[in-house]
Amino acid sequence: MSNYQIEFRHVQKSYGDNLVLENINCQVKKGEFITMVGTSGCGKSTFLKMLLGTEQHSKGQILLDNQPISAEPCDERGIVFQKYSVFPHLSVRENVAIAKEFESSFIGRLFGKRRQQALDEADKWLDAVGLLNAKHKYPHELSGGMQQRLAIAQALIKHPKVLLLDEPFGALDPGIRKDMHKLVLDLWQKYELTIFMVTHDLEEGFYLGTRLWVFDKTRHDPHAPHRFGSTITFDLPVGKTDQASYQEIEDSLSLHALSA
Amino acid sequence: MKRWINRTPNQSLAITLGIIPFLLIMALYQWGSEVRKAENPNDKLLPSVSEFQTAIDRLAFTPSKRTGEYLFWQDTKSSLQRLLIGVACAAFIGLMLGLITGAIPLIGANLNPIITAISLIPPMAVLPLLFIVFGLGELSKVMLIIVGITPFLIRDLYQRTKDIPSEQLVKAQTLGANSFQIIIRVLLPQILPRLLDALRLSLGTAWLFLIAAEAIAATDGLGYRIFLVRRYLSMDVILPYVVWITFLAFLLDWLLVKTSKAIFPWYHAAK
Ligand SMILES: Nc1ncnc2c1ncn2[C@@H]1O[C@H](COP(=O)(O)OP(=O)(O)OP(=O)(O)O)[C@@H](O)[C@H]1O
Ligand SMILES: [Mg+2]
Repeated sequence: MSNYQIEFRHVQKSYGDNLVLENINCQVKKGEFITMVGTSGCGKSTFLKMLLGTEQHSKGQILLDNQPISAEPCDERGIVFQKYSVFPHLSVRENVAIAKEFESSFIGRLFGKRRQQALDEADKWLDAVGLLNAKHKYPHELSGGMQQRLAIAQALIKHPKVLLLDEPFGALDPGIRKDMHKLVLDLWQKYELTIFMVTHDLEEGFYLGTRLWVFDKTRHDPHAPHRFGSTITFDLPVGKTDQASYQEIEDSLSLHALSA
Repeated sequence: MKRWINRTPNQSLAITLGIIPFLLIMALYQWGSEVRKAENPNDKLLPSVSEFQTAIDRLAFTPSKRTGEYLFWQDTKSSLQRLLIGVACAAFIGLMLGLITGAIPLIGANLNPIITAISLIPPMAVLPLLFIVFGLGELSKVMLIIVGITPFLIRDLYQRTKDIPSEQLVKAQTLGANSFQIIIRVLLPQILPRLLDALRLSLGTAWLFLIAAEAIAATDGLGYRIFLVRRYLSMDVILPYVVWITFLAFLLDWLLVKTSKAIFPWYHAAK
């Protein structure tokens, strides 16, 4: 028994001949906030999907609380995608309350007093993400940032062990992104979440997390680019990072961007 | 001067431009009718306006001597009833099968090949079979409409179900939903407006099969009347019936759009 919440042991993932990730070994404790960066196509989303359960690893072991992770998504792991992750046919508070309805009704629909209770709890979480004023609106009436707040509220109402974020703010304006950073940091501290977040923005990675991972290939075969997969090449506690290592990572990322 | 692709009409000009072809056709008809009547006052091919009035008055506002019914309204009622029952049944089957095959891959793998095969059968080719199995009554006409449009509806709704972003399905699972709850609460409500879209597309086909069935075996109905009076070259009846059918088709389409916008505003706003 280890006291790690999540453990990857020699995990490898390939799609047919395309080896995407190899030799992934890592341990994560409860309450860590991990940000992940890497060049486009290096397998960050694939890593997150394996944690989520929508993709299965090809080799190795993934443990959540010392148990092999379940092979399909479930309410232990919350997710916020870049888009499309709220329900367009439900109002803002119904979008959040539906989690309660799934929980306590076979047909996934509550009525009367129990529905009211679910809506009240939804309001609590909408308040936590700053969306209470918009609770009667529909997703199409919300800005991109507000939709992401809604997606976060949806994920939180189930108290997931792990919260997975795949470039959640990639489509937002820089100003709004700052607000969202503050929100995520607040929620992370307040609810003692374990967060994995993929980002394209290295600065975001440094500013937000407690730990930064860089995904990259350590070996290249110029004749068969799919022969080797990416692995975690940097694993840094972010608090202690200095300018030199920031520069080093940025150089390695932009190098790939040029050659890609 | 602006390029032609950038010159857009304002509302009144758009209406005027849209009406012109209708007026042109009416004027052309009037002219043709007068020319032919001048040559032969008994000409039947292009009846005059007063002949139309007489025919409409006889069928719609005078009780039939034989049965005491107002034939025009009786025909309309019978046809609409067949059409609506057929379309409603097809919509129900299409929704159920499209949704379930789209949502559950195992059922999709099981049913999609047979649905595709059935959809390739020309419905008119099985009409005799329908008459044999269901008799010459109402049922076989309704069945022809069902056979005619259900495969399209199933396949369209299957695709619409598949098109719902997988992110939403994953999200629902992370909120603890089981398959049944996902179908009922996530997929079904989003498929309903798409069902109305699909119905609009299939209404034209439904009319086609209705009129075909009525032409072959019926004792009333809009299609029946047209094919009955064809023997007497009664253009004064056929043309008003055609216009009326066109109007009914337009009305149903309009009702579907209005209904959809009223019940599913989120669907139309997001498009
Ligand atoms: N379903 C799939 N089938 C086959 N190959 C896939 C599949 N999903 C991803 N891949 C491949 O896996 C590799 C990694 O993809 P992934 O989406 O994880 O990259 P990423 O790091 O998230 O990139 P980005 O920063 O652009 O989002 C890519 O080469 C991609 O082509
Ligand atoms: Mg990605």
